[in-house]
Amino acid sequence: MFEAILINSLITGGIYAILAVGFSLIFGVAKILNMAHTAFYMLSGFFIYIAISFIGLPLIISDIIAIMLTAVFAMLCYKLLFDRVKEQANAVMIISIALAMLLQEIFLMSFGAEYKQIPPFIPGFVEIFGGIRVTWQHLIAIGSLVIVISAMWLLLQKTKLGKTIRVVSEDREIANLMGINVSNICLITVGISGILAGFAGAIVIPLFTLHPLMWVPPLVAVLAAVVLGGLGSIWGSIIGAFILGFAETVVVFLVPMGSFLGGAVSLIIMIIVLLIRPEGLFGVVFEGERL
Amino acid sequence: MFIKKRSTKIWSIFFTTFFVFLVLSFPQCLDAKTSKTIKIAVIGPMKYVQGKHHWIAANIAADEINSSGGVRVGNKQYEVEILKVDSNEIASVTDAVNAMQRIINKVDFVVGGFRSEATLAMIEVMADHKKIFLSCGPSSSKLAEKVAKDYDRYKYWFRGGPVNTKASIPSAYLPIKMVADAVRKELGIEKPKLAIMADKALYCDPGVNLIKSKAPEFGLETVGVWRPSFTASNVMAELTAIKEAGAHIIFTYSAGPAGIAYSNQWGELKIPAIMFGLNVQAQQLVHWKRTNGRCNYQTMLAFFAPVEASERCIPFYNKFVEQVGDAPTSTASTYDAIYILKEAAERAGSLENEAMIKALEKTDAQGAQGRIVYYPNDYQWPHDIKWGPGYVTFFYVQWRDGKQQVVWPDGSELIGGIKYKGTVDFKLPPWMVEYWKGKSN
Repeated sequence: MFEAILINSLITGGIYAILAVGFSLIFGVAKILNMAHTAFYMLSGFFIYIAISFIGLPLIISDIIAIMLTAVFAMLCYKLLFDRVKEQANAVMIISIALAMLLQEIFLMSFGAEYKQIPPFIPGFVEIFGGIRVTWQHLIAIGSLVIVISAMWLLLQKTKLGKTIRVVSEDREIANLMGINVSNICLITVGISGILAGFAGAIVIPLFTLHPLMWVPPLVAVLAAVVLGGLGSIWGSIIGAFILGFAETVVVFLVPMGSFLGGAVSLIIMIIVLLIRPEGLFGVVFEGERL
Repeated sequence: MFIKKRSTKIWSIFFTTFFVFLVLSFPQCLDAKTSKTIKIAVIGPMKYVQGKHHWIAANIAADEINSSGGVRVGNKQYEVEILKVDSNEIASVTDAVNAMQRIINKVDFVVGGFRSEATLAMIEVMADHKKIFLSCGPSSSKLAEKVAKDYDRYKYWFRGGPVNTKASIPSAYLPIKMVADAVRKELGIEKPKLAIMADKALYCDPGVNLIKSKAPEFGLETVGVWRPSFTASNVMAELTAIKEAGAHIIFTYSAGPAGIAYSNQWGELKIPAIMFGLNVQAQQLVHWKRTNGRCNYQTMLAFFAPVEASERCIPFYNKFVEQVGDAPTSTASTYDAIYILKEAAERAGSLENEAMIKALEKTDAQGAQGRIVYYPNDYQWPHDIKWGPGYVTFFYVQWRDGKQQVVWPDGSELIGGIKYKGTVDFKLPPWMVEYWKGKSN
């Protein structure tokens, strides 16, 4: 049973982590608490669905187009909506919630509330650790997370752009005095965050079903993960996502009657962390190395 | 000369006005003669499949009734007019109550509702406004229990379908014998293990408890009960835990969107246990395409099937599939509800509440769900549909290579020997047989 709990924790945590990374990045740099992040993930899913079902494009091409379109959409939203009110955190949060609900209603009106399916890259499953079954798509999701984390590390630590992003994230005013165009860096970061949301849509949605209300449950989990890990800390939010995945899986295995409490577990963890340690579990550890 | 001209002008204005008035009022005179309508609100989550089925089935009934002359109430002829009302109850119970309040004074009757929680709230509005309401989708017995407890307040409520979860519970556990026997016969496992996976929702609770208590009677060992959220989109951890527990049968109880994840991930992971029970999402024909065929061999209860359980079963089923391209789900019982209202109004000879309630209580209708008769008022579930051989029994259908095949009632003694024409034998999934062959119990 331990192996099964471990594998399922990795899978659930990995799915949350893919979403949490983008959410955390945009908050760390642009200081935007983007509640529409999981709506962007849903948007990517609908782009893929449209490309496959209405245009007839192959899955991989549909995924690439969807990721690009999601990033462009996120950047447009930043330029047209968030950039104007970015100094007012409450206004940003309210606008992002309204944006997510607007997307939900547009998809409800356009596609109805029927549940849709996006095909996986590789159908079927594989048995690991003596008979524990995992679908190929879940393994792809985990593998993708490793790639995403590595790419993010390389981008932030080894490139000039990454260093600039880190400077902006540390102190905007100093970055401004150094001649860095903070607004442009924020826009680029939002674009990267959009790519991550789009990527999450391409990798994760084939595991689930596509529908216009699907952005809500992961938003709760992602919020809990980033609060747990420390707002704005990418590495903290990844660890937070895995802790959350573990907690939810343990509930399913050890308290089967309470498996519906997965979402509640996330919320409870989030509230406890906010009350006891508002900077997050790893806030101090990662304070000096945000992003 | 001037006076004559003026007089002619006045007369021409008078005649023109009269003519225009005549032309305009003529269709209304005609309309007044034929416009007597019985207005029925069809309330449901219209953006969702459940609401769509409410509406489409009600439309089929209204069209059939109107095209065959309408409803004869006393010496007056009425047409049926249905009004679509979105309750949005999947997202919000409050929205459902508001929707009911908005429409209740504008119609003669109300049919619909989907979630028990929402319908329980809606019937308070019904009781306050003394409006007859036939619920078509929620299956909680609490609705009928309210009538039993306070008849004067709640007598306006009747069941359009399906039979409540407590009354129809034999249809949940009797087919388990068919499944358990197949496991014993094909796999040589004397005491099959049963896992229960049910949405965390009010309507599932009686079913879950009863299945657990009945399992030993059928020689089954219950290895656990998993209750994912009504809206869960990932049940992989639950299915892995069920496989780890060594279950041979997964009894499902799901009416929410989680039902898609049940089938999808069960088929994708080829879990070596037959998935069997209630899954409203899997009842839909679109489920095959939506799950890329992963629901193959999944067996689930169906409220409608193309078998001769009554004279209306096959014609309605075929008409619905032809119009929608999908099989009717429980909320399509609005079809029966509208016929029940029509026949009651004709028997009562009046649309007044008291006369209608007395007539409704005497319902004996050939419904698309089977023969519909209500339990008597002194029973624990007054105004609820009677379950049993000769009445409504439900069906079990199994997905087989893209088609739903009726596998139950299977003619066993437990169901009074009933086996409708066209029923086929139940089969275990081949991957399950392969997995368990040679493994000891």
